[in-house]
Amino acid sequence: MSVEPAATRLRHQGPLVVWLVLVWMLLWGTWSWANLLSGLLVALAVLTLLPLPHVVGGTRVRPVPLLAFLGHFVLDLFSSGAEVAWQALRPGGVRRTAIVRVRLRADSDLLLTMVAEATSLVPGSLVLDLDREQRVMTLHLLPVRDLEDVERKKAHVLVVERRLVRAFGSTADVAALEADRRDEVPTS
Amino acid sequence: MTGSSDVVAFACLLAGAALCLTAGLGLVRFPDVLSRMHAGTKPQVLGVLLVMVGGAIRLDGWTNVWMLLLVAAFQLLTAPVSAHLISRVAYRRRHVRRDLLLVDEYGGPGRQDARYHGDEPGDAPPEQPAPQPS
Repeated sequence: MSVEPAATRLRHQGPLVVWLVLVWMLLWGTWSWANLLSGLLVALAVLTLLPLPHVVGGTRVRPVPLLAFLGHFVLDLFSSGAEVAWQALRPGGVRRTAIVRVRLRADSDLLLTMVAEATSLVPGSLVLDLDREQRVMTLHLLPVRDLEDVERKKAHVLVVERRLVRAFGSTADVAALEADRRDEVPTS
Repeated sequence: MTGSSDVVAFACLLAGAALCLTAGLGLVRFPDVLSRMHAGTKPQVLGVLLVMVGGAIRLDGWTNVWMLLLVAAFQLLTAPVSAHLISRVAYRRRHVRRDLLLVDEYGGPGRQDARYHGDEPGDAPPEQPAPQPS
C-alpha cells in the first residue's frame, strides 16, 4: 500500500482523519484553531504510524432512512435492554436459547460490520460468527419461546439489515436488497 | 437548574444504575458464557447510555457533555466486538449449554474444538483433529 498515489490515499483516509480530529476536539471539549491543528497533526501521525486497510465501497449517507434507522435502533435498544434485564431478574432463569444462521444480502465490508454491530445490540441476538464469503451471520438468540419465535427473530435481523442498507448502502446494494424480499413476511 | 430537569436527570441516573445492576445479576445467573454475553452487552450499554444522559443534564458546561458523548459512542462501538470475540472463543471451546439450545444451525465438524474443553493450560498446543475411531 505504499505505491498508490497520494490523492487516492487521501480520499480513502479522509473520513478517518475527520473522525480522529472530531474525537480529539471532543476530548478537549472546546473549539479552537489550536485544537483543530493539533488534532490534525495527531490524526496524521496515527494514520502514518498505524496504517489501516482502506474501507472501500461506494458508501453514501441518506438522511431520511438514517433517521428512521436511528429511531428504530434506539427503540430496539430500550426493548432489548428491558428484555434481557427481565431475563436476568425473573425467578425461573433462562430456559431456552438458540443458535441460528442468517444469510444477509449486503455485500460490503462496511455494511456487514454495521449489521453485525447493530444486531448485537438489538433484541435477543449476539453475533457468533460472520462468514464474509457466504455472507452468513451466525447468531446466538437469548430469550426464545418456540420455533416460531426463532423465525421471527431471524426475520428481524433482515429488517435491521434493510434499514441499514437503505441508510448507508450504495445504489447497487439497495438494488440487491430490493431483488430479495425475504423479510417482507409479516413480522407483527 | 430547574426542578423538572433535575427529576429527569435523577430518573435517568437511577434507571441506568438499575440496568447496570441487572447486567451484573445476569452475569451471575445466566447459564452459559453465550447468555452472559447478552447481559454484558444490552442492559449494560443501555444503562451506561442512561447514566450519560443523566450526567449530561445535571453537569454544567459543554466540555463534560462532549466527553460523555464520546464515552457513549465508544461503548456502543466496542461492547458488541468484545462480546463477539468472547462468545466465539467460548463456542469453540464448547462452553455452551447444549441442553438449552432449541435450535443449533451452526454445529458440525470444524466449528468447535473436538477435544479441548477449555480447561487446558493457556500454552496448550493447537487443537489437532480428533483421532478417528478405527
